[in-house]
Amino acid sequence: MKKWKMYGRSLLLTLLVLCTFLLSGCDMFAEEEEEGADVLYVYSWGDYLSEDVIKQFEEETGIKVVLDEYDTNESMYPRIAEGAEAYDVLCPSDYMINKLIHNDLLQPLDFAQLPNARKNIGQDFFDQSKAFDKEGKYTVPYCWGTVGIMYNIEKVKEPVDSWKILWDEKYKDNILMQDSARDAIMIPLKILGYSMNTVNETELKAARDMLIQQKPLVQAYGVDDIRDKLSSGEAALGVIFSGEAINLMKSNPNLRFQPAPKEGTNVWIDGWVIPKNARHVENAHKFIDFLCRPDIAAANFEELGYSTPNTAVRELVEEDLGEYVDTVFPPENVYKGQESYSYLGEALDKLYTKLWLQVKVE
Amino acid sequence: MNERLSSQRFLALPFGIWATLFIVLPLFFVLWNGLKDVENGGFTLVHLQTVLQWEYLKALGLSVELALISTFICLVLAYPLCLILRERKESRGLLVFVLFLLPLWMNSLLTTMAWQTILEKHGLINMFLQSVGLPEVHIINTPLAIIIGMVYNFLPYMVLPLYVAINRIDSSIIEAARDLGANPYQTFRRVLLPLSMPGIVSGSTMVFIPALTTFVISALLGGNKVLLVGNIIEQEFTAAYDWQLGSALSMVLMVFIILNILLEAFTDNGEQAKKGVRP
Repeated sequence: MKKWKMYGRSLLLTLLVLCTFLLSGCDMFAEEEEEGADVLYVYSWGDYLSEDVIKQFEEETGIKVVLDEYDTNESMYPRIAEGAEAYDVLCPSDYMINKLIHNDLLQPLDFAQLPNARKNIGQDFFDQSKAFDKEGKYTVPYCWGTVGIMYNIEKVKEPVDSWKILWDEKYKDNILMQDSARDAIMIPLKILGYSMNTVNETELKAARDMLIQQKPLVQAYGVDDIRDKLSSGEAALGVIFSGEAINLMKSNPNLRFQPAPKEGTNVWIDGWVIPKNARHVENAHKFIDFLCRPDIAAANFEELGYSTPNTAVRELVEEDLGEYVDTVFPPENVYKGQESYSYLGEALDKLYTKLWLQVKVE
Repeated sequence: MNERLSSQRFLALPFGIWATLFIVLPLFFVLWNGLKDVENGGFTLVHLQTVLQWEYLKALGLSVELALISTFICLVLAYPLCLILRERKESRGLLVFVLFLLPLWMNSLLTTMAWQTILEKHGLINMFLQSVGLPEVHIINTPLAIIIGMVYNFLPYMVLPLYVAINRIDSSIIEAARDLGANPYQTFRRVLLPLSMPGIVSGSTMVFIPALTTFVISALLGGNKVLLVGNIIEQEFTAAYDWQLGSALSMVLMVFIILNILLEAFTDNGEQAKKGVRP
């Protein structure tokens, strides 16, 4: 009995310490809030903003930028959904913006405060954004691209214009695939002539079966490591995002890029949005509009290499790009009429995860 | 006496707080998430049932298999080494010992990436084989590559407890066995092996558990083609955002870990009871 009393007492003490710890924690946040009235909490992809651009924004406006980064849309989502931190501006991808809107986590933008966005962002991209932001109220497109095939001309002697080459026995152990359910399943769906936003289980299962059939030919499923493996010549063919193409081709002159295989591909758009619980809404608008200024968009572009929907940037950077200009500013036929991902709902999310898992454990 | 006890309690307080905050609470968090019924509130066994589907069982089976193989290889590598180290306690023995522990001093992510460049298609091994005119070997992105990575990373965890256990054996016992006419095999089988059993068991536990739960090694050396249960848990928590399923999988994994620890506890107690003294 005595023993239990002892445990009880230490437990009480522990709880006491815990409470003090938590209370002092709250205090700390309160202080931070008071002294930093003019701040902006930005939550963005890693390496998605030039440091110089952020510095310039701070100097010009006097607003202090606090930048947090994520590496997948999925790791960003719970932090926004649970409202643990109140970020002022986010940069998710298409289908995730769709999901955020669907779950009522965003606030409409005030385009009157975004003159540069209205003037410089191409109408094509606002139109394409309607796939995930139906009313066009929430998003300012920031970067875009397609999912395509990067190939090494030393190992691939034929023209690459179809996804089917990724199922060619000749390239066994020389193929790199994206390790993400949506991007992987999109490819067989397009080969089979289905929509990448299909909710038909039979179609999805057919796509899964194609991926299982392809697995023995695949060298690895990857995300960032695909870049290294293509650049070092470890593989002949890899599925990558067009934004990575230009740096890869610079690093290895044998690499070529097919941005849009003939069966069709995904056009992705990452855009700036403002969450509902943002506390510095005006600053967030200032920041978004600042990024749409041609000189800033150009500076950002030169560092990132992702295609920009900003129509004023091309003439500023054309000279530096030389032969790569078509990769970065592809002709209309590459992206017009292509599909973008939309949010399919939780049940389909689970089905996707499951189908992908079935491919991976096979 | 009482005073001493209370001061002991006082000194244990920092660890008590630490353990509550960072070990016990997170475990309850996992348990709670694994049993939570998101739709209807309350608790449910649905997530645990999902884990019993063959995709998950397959990954779990593969994880157990690879972890067991790695543990066995570590044991086979470490046991003779510890016997040799026991014989020579001078500085050279120490050097060998340190060499075996060396992987611990480097970040395991870095060493695993190094293995990647060694095993790759155009990696060091294949470059060497090619230069002497031999055919290439295909190791990267296979279960074998993962086993190599596990053995390399976790071998020190086998060596340490095994070395301590074997070093603790009194030489006079072995001499006595020889005096009584036991041949080397009998000495090993009847004296060394039983006396070093606590070391074998705790070494195996310390290798088996991290090998069972790893996801870094399988991601880097398996090219994400060989899926272990650690990778699925990681995916459920990040990409799939299904914390319930991730927690349920963690709970199943914990069963294996608890079984392992129980095994260790029983062996240890048994040994001490047999000897009748505490070491």
